[in-house]
Formats: sequence, structure tokens, C-alpha cells
Amino acid sequence: MVASVEPVTPVTGDRIGTPHRGRRHPVLAFVARRLLAAVLTLLAASILIYLAASVLPGNAAEVLLGRNASPAAVHHLKVELGLNRPLVDRYLSWLGGAVSGDFGRSAVAVAEGRPDSAIAATLGRPLFNSAVLALITALLLVPLTLLFGMTAGVFAGRRLDYAISVPSLVFGGLPEFVSGTALIFLFFTVLGALPPVALLGATGSPFSYLNQLVLPVLTLLAVALGAGIRQVRSGMIDVLQEDFIRFARLNGVTDSRILLRYALRNALAPSVQIIAQNLQYLVGGIIIVESVFAYPGIGTYLVNAVQARDVGEVQAAAIILAAIYIVINIIADLVVVLLVPKLRTEL
Amino acid sequence: MATAIAHGRKPRRRQSLGFYGAGLVVGVVLLVLLVGVAIFGPLLAPHSSIQTIGVPAKPPDGSSPLGTDFLGRDVLSRVLCGGRSTLFLGGAATLLTYLLGTSVGLIAGYVRTAVDPLLMRSVDVLLAFPALLLMLLFVTAFGGSAAVLVGGVALVLFPGVARIVRTATLEISTRGYVEAAVARGETTLAILRREVFPNVLGPIVADLGVRFGWSIILIASVNYLGLGLQPPTADWGLMISENRDIISGNPAALLAPAAMLALLVISVNLVGDALVRRLGTSGDQR
Repeated sequence: MVASVEPVTPVTGDRIGTPHRGRRHPVLAFVARRLLAAVLTLLAASILIYLAASVLPGNAAEVLLGRNASPAAVHHLKVELGLNRPLVDRYLSWLGGAVSGDFGRSAVAVAEGRPDSAIAATLGRPLFNSAVLALITALLLVPLTLLFGMTAGVFAGRRLDYAISVPSLVFGGLPEFVSGTALIFLFFTVLGALPPVALLGATGSPFSYLNQLVLPVLTLLAVALGAGIRQVRSGMIDVLQEDFIRFARLNGVTDSRILLRYALRNALAPSVQIIAQNLQYLVGGIIIVESVFAYPGIGTYLVNAVQARDVGEVQAAAIILAAIYIVINIIADLVVVLLVPKLRTEL
Repeated sequence: MATAIAHGRKPRRRQSLGFYGAGLVVGVVLLVLLVGVAIFGPLLAPHSSIQTIGVPAKPPDGSSPLGTDFLGRDVLSRVLCGGRSTLFLGGAATLLTYLLGTSVGLIAGYVRTAVDPLLMRSVDVLLAFPALLLMLLFVTAFGGSAAVLVGGVALVLFPGVARIVRTATLEISTRGYVEAAVARGETTLAILRREVFPNVLGPIVADLGVRFGWSIILIASVNYLGLGLQPPTADWGLMISENRDIISGNPAALLAPAAMLALLVISVNLVGDALVRRLGTSGDQR
């Protein structure tokens, strides 16, 4: 089996990357179109995020100060936060700031009279922590998805397939907080082997608390692997039933060569989309997994901000997560076009 | 290795059908049991779901088979009462998802004016968000309540339905019987209802189970985060988070609701998978 899993690294050889001649730069035109669409989508998303955070029942200032606040205090905070200006004005200046990395001031910090109220300064560490969590998960997720998915596909209908497919069916469907809770029970309560929360200390780097990362990573893997394996599996089954596999077989090409040279390469292209979906899943998945383990990332940051009704922080975290989500999507589109010559001719 | 390839054999059909057939049976039985618990559970509960009956985090004993929760309430009673919100809100959300998605898809696909791109681009924007993020934005805007949860889930899930319905509608509205109806002078509404809608039903019903599963997970997740239904409501998702500090004292307080949610999601997925297998092939898209 080992032989069939090695070449899962993406094939970007010369044969696949042959430049398309005839028309002028169809790939460039495609890239430009996709980028433009992504920018427009992100712009629309920013409007939606800004509106959602602005229709808050009552008003940010009133919510923060409580119902019994004096009208003067509410008015003062409104002016302080710029809430007395028209909505479109506020949105445009927020957008202008956001593009240059300035997300305004935390309403909660302003209400509490803290001097360090700039939101941008509070985003760095959570983003870094989340990136570490997501990257470690992705590094494990991609090869494992391909390995298990393709193995299950090759052995479809056999015992090895069931051994992979049944657990992926079960765990892939569970909510993250259910599998996370089960893992905490097993590894903390029963075995006493791993900590139930990942607090990372006050200024700690995730790398100095690797054992605190084990359970969050496992939880994310459980869900994302389950979904990915099933899709890669069915992609592999489809490829193995293609005519060219049969012809290769009739020409006396060996099994291992068929798998490595013919099937894997062709099963890989749809897998790129599946992997992209997996990575996109991580963007949403960390929101809840971080909360399960109290991991100080951008997901916990967002949930805390929603709880505290800190509109500015919600907007900042939401637009960053949405941007990452859209960027992964566009990168996946481009990689697929580069990998599959057939799609390129249709540009 | 890999004799399946060596002989160009297709995967063994009979066995795999048997496997999914068994899955369907298990799924239906589980689902019926869980719906039973959700409906009749509150009648069977030995104690009130919101009254304390003893010390907090008491392990299981004779009077309370699953022990007590972090406030000293009976876990068994709360588990029996906690399914209603999950199932009913999930069901209502799925219904609203289909209502919204079908309407938008039918209009966009049939009325081929500026309305179509306008609707579909809005749908694209909604699809540019991670599901849970969109839910949280909705909750930020309107606060956490049952109605907001249902509306939020519908907002997250309807784009998928709308896209499928639009594609099917585009194809069907070129058919002869639709043109005949137009020639007869029937109103657009009547044509959509009598000619188009019955024919787009197949592909969307196939995904019903899958989308019901997502509704349940999304609602339970928001409740788990403490941003949805508020205490002292007995809800499986909420119970798991409010008892997380007593996982060593009385693990049953978390594990019982977690197991119920897990069984519910698994049974819905089994039934949903069988539906997709029989009726259609889509379902990867939200």
C-alpha cells in the first residue's frame, strides 16, 4: 500500500503545465476576471458585515452603557465613537481604515475609558494563534485526506474501504463541540494525558504549548477528514472506471504503474477542490473549536466580541475571516485551472 | 495489491447497496426513537428540567440515573426535555430554507430580466461567508432567540437551494408545456406553481436530509456558544457548554446530551445519504 500513497504531492510537471498557445494569455484573463469578482464579493461582504453590526437593537452606545445610563453619557459616547454621523459616512471611513489595517476603536474599551482602544492592536496575537492551529491541521489534513480517500477508493466495497468509510461517515457529520467534548473526556478525564483547555498562558506562543494543541487539532481533523475522505474516495472510483485505465490494463501496464501514473494524477484535480473546501471549512471550524478549548485565536475573539456586543471587534474579525475564505476559494480555482489542461482550453 | 483494478472490476455492487440499505434502516429507527424522545420526553421526565433536586455535579445514583448538573438539576430530565428545541427549531429552519430558496430560485430562473443576476449575485455574496460566521453576524444584528436562530439558519442555507432550483427552472421553462401555458395566457404565478414547481421538486427533496442535518448542527453550535437560547432552557447544545467545568465531577451531564446530539446527527445523515443516493447526486454544496 505504501507505494500507492507516495505520489500524492501535486503534479506540476511540464506535461501538465504546457502553456496554451493560440489565444493571448487566456490564463491571465481568467486570473484577472476571478480577482475582480473576488474583490467585488469582498466589497459586498463588507457592506453586509457593516450593516449586520449596525442594526444592533438600540444602539451600540446604549447597549454598552446599560439602560440606566444618562442621556448625556450616551450622547458623549456616541460622539466619541462617531455614531452620530450618517451610516454611509461611517461605512466609508470604516472601509477606508480597514483596507489600511485600521479597524477603528473598540467600543467596549472606549466605554470603559481605556486608553489602548485601537482594535488593530488586539488582532495580531489571536490571528497568529489561529494561523498556527489552522496550519498544523492543514499540514496533517491534506495528506491524510488523500491517503485515506484514495485507499478507500482503490479498495471500494472491501473491508479496508469500510474500515475507512464508516468512521469518516460517523465523525465527519458530528458537530465539532460534540467530538471535542468526547475527546476531552477521553484524554483528560479518563486518561489524564492532555489538558482540556489551551490557554497558552498570558503571552505564550502556541509552539511552547504543543500538548495543548493536540486536542483542538484532532477535533478539526475528525470533522474535516470525514467529509474529505468520502469525496476523494468517490473521485478515485470514478477515475478507475475510465476507459484509459482499462486500455492501460489491456496493454499490460502493471497495477502499480496504473495507480501511480494514471489514476492518481487524474484523481488529484478534483481533489484540489475538495482540499480547498476543507481549508475553507477550517476558517469556520476554528470559530467553534477554539471556543471548545478556550484557545485564544480569532474565533474566540469573535465569539467574545459578539457576547460583549463590541460592534467594531465583530466587524474586524468577520471581515478578516470572510477575506481569508474568499482568498482560499480563488486560489483553489487557479490551481485547478493550472492542473487540468482540459479546463484551461475552455477558459 | 488492488485486485479490483487488476481485473477492471467495478466495486462490488451488492455489498455496497447492502451496507447503505442497512444504514438507512438504522437511521430511520434511530430517528423515530429520537423524535419520540423529543415529543414525549418531557412527559417521561422524573423531575422538573429547571428545578434543583440536589447538590451540583452529583454522580449518578438511584434517584437520578444520570446525576445532577452544575446547578444541581436532574440531568436525565433535562436530556429528555432538551431535544424539543433542537428538533423543532431545526425543522422550522429547514422549512424556511426551502420556502426561501425555492421562491428565489423560481423567480430568478423564470423571470429572466435584471432580477435574475441581482438575486443570484446576492446569493453569491452569502455563499462567500463561512456558515457559522454568517450565523454569528445574524445573531449580532438581532440578538439570540428561537426566531433569530431559525431565520439565521435559513439565511445561511437558502442560497444552496436557490441555485439548484434556478438551474432546474432555467431548463424546464424552455419545455413545450410551459410555452403552451404561456400561450394559453396563464399568469406567471400559475405557471410557476403548476408547471415548473412540480418538476424542480426532485432535486431539492434529495438534499432535504442533508440540509436538516446542517440546520441542527448550526443551531446547536450557536446554542453551545451561549449566543442562542438562554438558560435555564434545557437544550442539548447549551447543556454541553454549561456543564463543561464539571466534566470530572459528573461526566454524564455533558456526555448524555452530547450522545443524543451525536445520534440525532448520525441518524439524519444516514437517512439523508439514502435520499441523495436514490433521488439525486448533488449535496456537496451548502
